Amino acid sequence: MIEIHNIHKTFGDKKVLDGVSGVFETGKTNLLLGASGTGKSVLLKCIVGLIKPDIGSVTFDGTYFTNNKLDIRQEIRRKIGMLFQSSALFDSMTVEKNVEFPLKMLTPDMSKSERLDRVNFCLKRVGLEGANKKMPSELSGGMKKRVGIARAIAPNCTYLFCDEPNSGLDPLTALKIDKLIKEITEEYNITTIVVTHDMNSVIEIGDKIMFLYEGKKLWEGTRDDIMDTDIHELNEFIFANRLMRDAKKVEEREELEENERKSNQLK
Amino acid sequence: MLKHFGKYLLFMGSLVVRGESPRILFNRTIDEAILIGINSIMIVAIVSTFIGAVTCVQVSYNLTSALIPRSTIGFMVREMTILELAPTITSIVLAGKVGSNIAGGLGTMQITEQVDALEVMGINSASYLVLPKILASLFVFPMLVILAMFLSIAGGYVAGTATGALTAQEYITGIRDAFVPYNIVFALIKSVVFAFLISSLSSFRGYYTSGGALEVGAAGTTAVTNSVIAVLIADYVCAELLL
Ligand SMILES: Nc1ncnc2c1ncn2[C@@H]1O[C@H](COP(=O)(O)OP(=O)(O)OP(=O)(O)O)[C@@H](O)[C@H]1O
Ligand SMILES: [Mg+2]
Repeated sequence: MIEIHNIHKTFGDKKVLDGVSGVFETGKTNLLLGASGTGKSVLLKCIVGLIKPDIGSVTFDGTYFTNNKLDIRQEIRRKIGMLFQSSALFDSMTVEKNVEFPLKMLTPDMSKSERLDRVNFCLKRVGLEGANKKMPSELSGGMKKRVGIARAIAPNCTYLFCDEPNSGLDPLTALKIDKLIKEITEEYNITTIVVTHDMNSVIEIGDKIMFLYEGKKLWEGTRDDIMDTDIHELNEFIFANRLMRDAKKVEEREELEENERKSNQLK
Repeated sequence: MLKHFGKYLLFMGSLVVRGESPRILFNRTIDEAILIGINSIMIVAIVSTFIGAVTCVQVSYNLTSALIPRSTIGFMVREMTILELAPTITSIVLAGKVGSNIAGGLGTMQITEQVDALEVMGINSASYLVLPKILASLFVFPMLVILAMFLSIAGGYVAGTATGALTAQEYITGIRDAFVPYNIVFALIKSVVFAFLISSLSSFRGYYTSGGALEVGAAGTTAVTNSVIAVLIADYVCAELLL
């Protein structure tokens, strides 16, 4: 379980995060939903400590993280798998070496062949078997994303953070990746945070959703509650997705009809 | 200026705390040494051969007196190249070659979040990326300087005999005349100092790049200019202290 408390971050005179608090539960895929530029990536980086929040604190399973001793922070970080929005593959290494890298650094007692088995297993899970010897510069954006995911899940992490895992992917692969993330989360009972602005992901894997708007947490709930929200900004977000809009309209129509029926009965 | 210097010292300090295991450090250092060595050997060879040749031709042009033996040309080529030209010119060439490479590489890793990716894995990115580069430079620069000494003396030989300024025998007598082994030690000490300055300053510039491709380019340029100035100042300081 990851708890964040009252996180504030300002760049220059731009307030990016304005007092965000919340809890990300273990064994669930926690989504950070929000429009472009609302500070989702910054929040994720504050959580893992790549950006130091001005105020606020983060705890990982009860261990205080922000501003704690470097030893303790590094100890926690060794349990983190992270996919960056830009993939951040090591561009001097092949795909195989990229995925093998965290294994080499974090589990030194693994043998070379065990590592390779694990690399191949992870590449297979993201649908990239056989791409071992390619360089990152030879990959498409979506393939880079998938290698990034393979690298994040290669060591058995306790915390998995994915910044827009399925942006730039076709709907079918996006769905596969979403499912993979959910599977891993439940299989290994880890704490997963996924940054997204994709409503399909929300419906597919959103066990718990935090909606950010201009650096503030506006709404929090499950995918089942999201249709019932009366937050205007979130509704706009939902209406931008056609299928959800139609679903919501049906719901609203049913609600209207229901109300009408009730009032008719009263008469 | 003072703020930069303080930041530089802190950066140097961060290289030695909580690094990776010695085995990883060793392997990374060997990798970097091979890269630096192989990438620089050609340019160092070309530059030092010509420096030796030019020195020989110019000295012989200036030594017109019949009272001075022609072998003095060989002697002067040796003194100039070993003491000053081989270590300093080689280091300045390497400041351009290795310095911009280090700064560009680290800068790119920084802006494409590769450094962040290392940090998230709990790796001390400064120590993992930079320390091997500095160690490798400390190790490779003196070797390149020794190569440069040999080649500039050889370059002098070729130029001197080819232009007929002196005979092969005279040149060899000259370069063996009043040889002071300490000069070689002095040159090697200098090359180690220069190696440290170039690699650490360039790493510092590259590591603290933020922004985009434009800033990476700027970091490369600043790295080279800073390194060259540092090398020249250190050259003077070494001469004052050690000669
Ligand atoms: N290092 C930085 N320096 C200054 N401003 C920054 C920095 N990083 C982010 N910002 C600003 O913070 C705001 C939020 O950025 P962030 O990357 O978190 O957006 P996001 O919600 O992830 O958007 P997207 O969905 O497009 O990725 C932006 O306005 C951006 O300009
Ligand atoms: Mg983002």
